[in-house]
Amino acid sequence: MDSSIAIFLAQDGILNGSIYALLAVAFVILFSVTRVIFVAQGDFVAYGGLTLSALERGQTPGSLWVLLVFGIVAGLLELGRARGFGLRQRYRAIILAYFLLPCAVAAAHWLGMGELNGACRILLALALVVPLGPYIYVIFFKGLANSSTLNLLIVSVGVHWVLTGVGLLSFGAEGYRTNEMLSAVYQIGPLTITSQSLSVIVLTVAIMLVLYFFFNRSLEGKALRATAISTRGARLVGISAESAGTRAFTMASAIGAASGILISPITTLYYDSGFLIGLKGFIAAIIGGFASYPAAVIGALGIGLAEAFCSFWASALKDAIVFGLVIPVLIWRSLLSTHPEEE
Amino acid sequence: MRTLAASIAFLTALVAFVPGVPPFWISLFNLIGLASLVAIGLVILTGVGGMTSFGQAAFVGFGAYTSAILTTQYGLSPWATLPIALLVTAVAALLIGLVTIRLSGHYLPLGTIAWGMAIYTLFGNLQITGGFNGISGVPPLTLFGVALVDPKQVYPLVWLSVVVAVVATRNLLNSRVGRAIRALRGGRIAAESFGIHTERYKLAVFLYAALLAGLSGWLFAHIQRAVTPTAFGLNAGIEYLLMAVLGGAGHVYGAILGAAVVVMLKDQLQDVLPIFFGSGGSYEVVVFGLMLYLILQFARDGLWPLIAARFPKTTGRAIEIPSGNVVGAPDGSERVGSEILRANGLVKRFGGLVAVNGVDLSVRAGEIVTLLGPNGAGKSTTFDLLTGISRPSAGEIALSGRRVEGVPSRRIAALGVGRTFQHVKLVGDMTVLENVALGAHLRGRAGFLRSVLKLDRGEEHRLMRMAGQALDLIGLADQAATPVSELSLGSSRLVEIARALCLEPKLLLLDEPAAGLRKFEKDALALVLQRLRRDGLGILLVEHDMDFVMNLTDRILVLDFGTLIAEGVPAEIRANAKVQQAYLGGVA
Amino acid sequence: MTVHLSVSSITAGYQKKDVLHELRLSVLRGQIVSLIGPNGAGKSTFLLSLMGLVRSSGSIRYEGEEISGLPTEERVRMGMSLVSEKRDLFSALSVEDNLILGSYARNRADRSHSLDEVFSLFPRLKERRRQEALTLSGGERQMLAMGRALMAKPKLLLLDEPSLGLAPLIVRDIFTIIQRLQQAGISILLVEQNARAALEIASWGYVLELGSFVLVGSAAALAQDPRVLASYLGSADIGSAHYADEGRNISERVV
Repeated sequence: MDSSIAIFLAQDGILNGSIYALLAVAFVILFSVTRVIFVAQGDFVAYGGLTLSALERGQTPGSLWVLLVFGIVAGLLELGRARGFGLRQRYRAIILAYFLLPCAVAAAHWLGMGELNGACRILLALALVVPLGPYIYVIFFKGLANSSTLNLLIVSVGVHWVLTGVGLLSFGAEGYRTNEMLSAVYQIGPLTITSQSLSVIVLTVAIMLVLYFFFNRSLEGKALRATAISTRGARLVGISAESAGTRAFTMASAIGAASGILISPITTLYYDSGFLIGLKGFIAAIIGGFASYPAAVIGALGIGLAEAFCSFWASALKDAIVFGLVIPVLIWRSLLSTHPEEE
Repeated sequence: MRTLAASIAFLTALVAFVPGVPPFWISLFNLIGLASLVAIGLVILTGVGGMTSFGQAAFVGFGAYTSAILTTQYGLSPWATLPIALLVTAVAALLIGLVTIRLSGHYLPLGTIAWGMAIYTLFGNLQITGGFNGISGVPPLTLFGVALVDPKQVYPLVWLSVVVAVVATRNLLNSRVGRAIRALRGGRIAAESFGIHTERYKLAVFLYAALLAGLSGWLFAHIQRAVTPTAFGLNAGIEYLLMAVLGGAGHVYGAILGAAVVVMLKDQLQDVLPIFFGSGGSYEVVVFGLMLYLILQFARDGLWPLIAARFPKTTGRAIEIPSGNVVGAPDGSERVGSEILRANGLVKRFGGLVAVNGVDLSVRAGEIVTLLGPNGAGKSTTFDLLTGISRPSAGEIALSGRRVEGVPSRRIAALGVGRTFQHVKLVGDMTVLENVALGAHLRGRAGFLRSVLKLDRGEEHRLMRMAGQALDLIGLADQAATPVSELSLGSSRLVEIARALCLEPKLLLLDEPAAGLRKFEKDALALVLQRLRRDGLGILLVEHDMDFVMNLTDRILVLDFGTLIAEGVPAEIRANAKVQQAYLGGVA
Repeated sequence: MTVHLSVSSITAGYQKKDVLHELRLSVLRGQIVSLIGPNGAGKSTFLLSLMGLVRSSGSIRYEGEEISGLPTEERVRMGMSLVSEKRDLFSALSVEDNLILGSYARNRADRSHSLDEVFSLFPRLKERRRQEALTLSGGERQMLAMGRALMAKPKLLLLDEPSLGLAPLIVRDIFTIIQRLQQAGISILLVEQNARAALEIASWGYVLELGSFVLVGSAAALAQDPRVLASYLGSADIGSAHYADEGRNISERVV
């Protein structure tokens, strides 16, 4: 292949790799704070992109109803738990977060927020999808806090199935793309870069920077890291494991939804596209041992590049190769870490 | 319970022959049967062996595709392809298994997801497998010239296979091999301490489950007569896992129950849900997803135990324990007073930390030695060095004169060293006798094949008798048939000792055997240990309980900060100022 | 002197097994109470149950309020702080971050002030403020754990074996600091295997064996009592009723 094709493939690889990197980071955050290997992470991507495209077409996105239903269920569960502990003071916060929030977002939609301009649409799409993260945590994971990692993994699979099926209901079986928001094209030497793909990379870097500052400079970020390192130590200084879980899941759904919105102009998204995208981010997270962010990001870029070049040479087998490559990585990781004996 | 299961089996067998039963039901039962084969294997792999696999569907695919390719493209007869399909599946399982069993903790299920997806993608993309369209026109099986095409004709074959699988698996579980597999869940360290080669057994279980899946695949190919990759992907793999989890991991009949529930539910949902939600998608997965969550939340052990609990328990088989030669007595080659264990200059470093700092110790036959010391003194680390769990950074260990540093713990077990654990490691769902018989693992030789075919009965009786005698020695012979989960802590510790005795050891290493015991239990334990000492065993104890130890032990060694600070008889130790300082402390 | 902490009928344990049986104990304001006893007695379990980290039943009254149903985080907010046996430090974070997180439950304004106080108490921590907690020596880790607990400005401090694994000289420093804390008005419940040091600075003591208190009394009296030694190193004659037989709580007042 000549250099122009190579450059083109490399661009493609880095673009995809950036999204995988974002998802990989989300996986690592979730696992380190809650020990959940959240295979449903990719579904947030699909929900984010499809919600935006529905808004663009002037329709009510199915995710609105999902938000309301999940919110109500989560809210009822939380009220029950608060009553069990006799913590009356929490009632008001619960009602706000789980009942009023979805209603407010729905109201914003019906009042026409989505029609104002592109930026408002994006904000609305985010508002519709991001709260699903903590709601899912409250419904499915909060009560299983003491379960083994394996059980949590199995439940994640269940959640994935639920989200996929509900996604089909909400968005239909058709694939959609959103309109490009930026249409400039840049030419730098042999490189042809669309501003859309540039925005993906720029925003990915921006999100990474924000996360970096959050985890390293803010108290809340350090508190989350602390929970990941020592749950008991965190409780002893007044950080509750449950609030950490809620926050971690919020970050995961935010990253997922943002990723979906970022790629929706570039890729056609279907209700089940998220899984495969998420899976690749998942593999990158494994490369990072579910602990190291830099390794996960580098791994993600590597996967993106490997995929791009493999699709040129042996497109049919590219997925098989990528999945197959996971295994030596798993062996290497498994040898590195010594697991405590599982009873 | 047995008669109930047998009668259900009998009735199921008859169903095919009752006139008027709609063929659709028979087809459904066939599907349940096929799924059961995979589920039974998975139940053993996950529930008993402790390895969770999301990828069993891939092995079904190997069996199905091998046969489909050979019959459609090479014209082989279906029956002839059965051994080949099983062989291909076995080879694949061996290769994949060698990699998978080395994964620890949650990396193992992640690994199964990885190769499950990789293989599925291969199935869908290779020329020879027909890509995503798969292979059609697979010939049916023929029996005595009759082609088995109708569901009613296939039905007996499918369920015969299931019956064979159930019988084989139950035989397997009730044998020496079965006990070893069950011990895998308790952790490597425990299993290897009675001589079990954990890696070999893990691989064997993996292969067994894969073979059952391959068999199901072969049947599938010749019943459905078409093979497409969707049946062998991750979703299918997760469905099989759901069946195993539903039925109750570890229960063979639960696997069939789980398979039945999932297959019937899937069928019903595929009919009902589109009415509400429109066609165009498989919504039943939503229900399955919720089910997975609910089961793990509310019925973690699956449905089978809930059902089985409603029926009266069958009493265990009557077990007689003949008197006779006392197990545990050394064979006379060890004279009382001869040195069994000697360790010189033991050192263990962890990075910059020196946990054990030049410890010398020895144990003679017919002697009880105790290792004392405050928290963090290095007693457990020393123990780990002596039992082969970790390798000393320096120093020598000799068993009856033979150097053993760096020897793995299962070989040390074979050399006549038995041990117990601070946190009792017994297999919860086995009886006391079966747990003790685990210790006799090295005394038997029956492998998988003999166990499955039930050709090991003679050896089993011998092993059980050994176990019974060991139980007798510790005074718990009347508890032989009790499930271990019902024992008190004191009895559990004694059972661990009995298990160690089945190794016919020269040396016993006991890790805090009196911890958490009540006074009368400690007295019983002391009596047992005194008896063993009279029989010529050497015993090394780690203990905290002074009162327990003082009248029992011949010598005491006191460790502090990894160093030996005192050695002597109990009275000397108690009066030793350095020891008092180490324990009671003081302000400098 | 008012009662700061008062517990009764505490039965606690893990899974199905009870480790503590019907314990009763109180700590007065500004007092140092020592809880001593041999290994495996349940001392750590007791402190964990006071903080709500271990399943327990019974009544725990702190500053007059019943707190046995509250989650750990609430108890921390109310002014209880525990330095656990395992220290539970945030090993990958810096010394300073560990300390700052200690004040998580408090208002922003107070935080930097407390940091200076802790640094003046433990100058060695100040030297290493940017280092990862993982790289500290045993003694420094202990100091960090205590410093972190102090950042929460506790009114009741629970210490689990502060001398564990430390060289004698450092132990002396730590115990001096503990006394200073008491002088500053903090009530302290001290769990220790090092009985002598613990009884020297305390005013009251409990001896725990196999989950029950076998001796209770003023620290001075306990320090002289030969039964304390026997509790650790066994007694000369078997059968001396030194065990707490299950079901009975042998509690003797020694004054």
